[in-house]
Amino acid sequence: MPTSHGPTPLPPEREAALSGLYAAATRAARRRTLAGFAIVAVLALLAGLAAEVRPLVFIENIGKFTAYIQEILPPIGLDHPIEDVRAWYWGLPNWLGLLGETLLMAYLGTLLGGLAGFALSFLAAANLARSRLLRIAAKRFLEVCRTVPEVVFALLFVIAFGLGPMVGVLAIAIHTTGALGKLFSEVVENIDMRPVEGLSASGATWIETVRFAVLPQVLSNFASYALLRFEINVRGAGVMGFVGAGGISQEFLVAIRNFYYADVSAILVLIILTVFCIDLATERVRHRLIGPEHAR
Amino acid sequence: MSARSETLRATARADLARLRARYPAQFRIDWAARARLAGVIGLLLGLAAFGYWRLDFSVARILHGLGRLGAFAVLMLPPSPEGQFWTFLHALGETLGIAFLGTLTAAILAFPVAFLAARNVVPNPFARFAVRRGLDVMRSVDVLIWALIWINVVGLGPFAGALAIACSDFGAFGKLFSEAIETCDRRPGEGVVASGGSALHRIRFGLIPAVLPVLASQVLYFFESNTRSATIIGIVGAGGIGQYLTELIRVLELKQVAFLVLMILVTVAAIDGVSTRLRRALIGPAAR
Repeated sequence: MPTSHGPTPLPPEREAALSGLYAAATRAARRRTLAGFAIVAVLALLAGLAAEVRPLVFIENIGKFTAYIQEILPPIGLDHPIEDVRAWYWGLPNWLGLLGETLLMAYLGTLLGGLAGFALSFLAAANLARSRLLRIAAKRFLEVCRTVPEVVFALLFVIAFGLGPMVGVLAIAIHTTGALGKLFSEVVENIDMRPVEGLSASGATWIETVRFAVLPQVLSNFASYALLRFEINVRGAGVMGFVGAGGISQEFLVAIRNFYYADVSAILVLIILTVFCIDLATERVRHRLIGPEHAR
Repeated sequence: MSARSETLRATARADLARLRARYPAQFRIDWAARARLAGVIGLLLGLAAFGYWRLDFSVARILHGLGRLGAFAVLMLPPSPEGQFWTFLHALGETLGIAFLGTLTAAILAFPVAFLAARNVVPNPFARFAVRRGLDVMRSVDVLIWALIWINVVGLGPFAGALAIACSDFGAFGKLFSEAIETCDRRPGEGVVASGGSALHRIRFGLIPAVLPVLASQVLYFFESNTRSATIIGIVGAGGIGQYLTELIRVLELKQVAFLVLMILVTVAAIDGVSTRLRRALIGPAAR
């Protein structure tokens, strides 16, 4: 019965048709969602078989995980906490030295890789490349550098160059070349071309064009990407010791393999704190470099 | 360089004194900026020199090593599985399984937690701060370290690898998801509340439909990068192709190593292609 308030109801046959359409539309959407879920579930099942997931073992041993966490918790009592902390960090000078080594590895790797990526990015950028062949070669080279994980490079280099942090630096540098070279060349491809045209019109050589028309436009972005990469490389350098390429993780591996529980937590806390500090510091500098709105 | 630009330059050079007088600002040297630049470069180079000394770099060692690397490169050719193709393929499947399961688990676990870390869902700054720092800790521990920890719990093998990837990605997803939720449009949620929906209704009908495609694309992107991490996780004994890679490099079976690396490159490229397509389909052509 139509009233003066509220919407007038639709004629029944029209309403039936519309609600039928609505039901069909929702049913189709629901069917699609269910199909998506089914595919993911089947894939997960296959992946579970491939990855030898054993839920029973997991449930049985989950207690071990909490026990392990309890075990590595630092032995700090309330009676003499300062002495306890001092005992917990008994190896601090040594660890700080190794941590410094890790940071230096990340720094040198970023610097060397950044320089190589810098040089290659101008060759790989579509708007500056003089020869097509050179450009494709540069792009492929960067791709290989970036796709092979740095630990694999480190494994090979350890055999070729011998153990030690130098190997870690070289491995990080190669991976960084690939990653930064790609990002840098994308930055170069997005520049304003008018200064470049102006310089080539007034007779500048290729190098002069890059120096005076391209570099001023891209330098702050380059620096920001390099800093971001440094942040990533600090994490990367933190695991180089697992393959014998120096740094804090060598000590960490010893601690974890020999069940020196307190050392495990002590080194872990050091690593986490370092990563935190580096993250914060690089974020600050990057915000100053390129303004807060572009920083991520 | 045309003759015309040459003459232009010559004219400008001949007229240099007048130009200088007319545009003093263009010719002034900014000594402060130059000193700053020199200082920064000096600092960078000084640190590099210190690193060079501290990490025992030596040109002789590098040259010697390069010679050996050259020899290795010759030994790598031609890449061949030497009859172990099916073993390698199985290991590759294991690697993909680790990456898929790790990413999926991390995504499922991080999904509810991300809402707790988002400003427009949990207004309490202390709760949000606690959740965020927890996620940061999970994130800053590397996958390989997580793998070492999980090996102690579930034993050697790919299961530990999947758990390790799940743990470190949980932190990363929590952060990314919560950022996606925070940048979400407020109006649909307000509409739901205005028409009488509860807080949960607001999340279910006002937020989730808007963020789901973004989250799915991030998950796919991580699956891509996790196939790379999963190839190296075997180095500490957590299953997958990395185990073979480590052993074969140690015994210098370089032909097989080259074959394995090629297999990894092809797989990563294939997954890149598939996931780029899927991501485009999910959030439109604007996706990178």
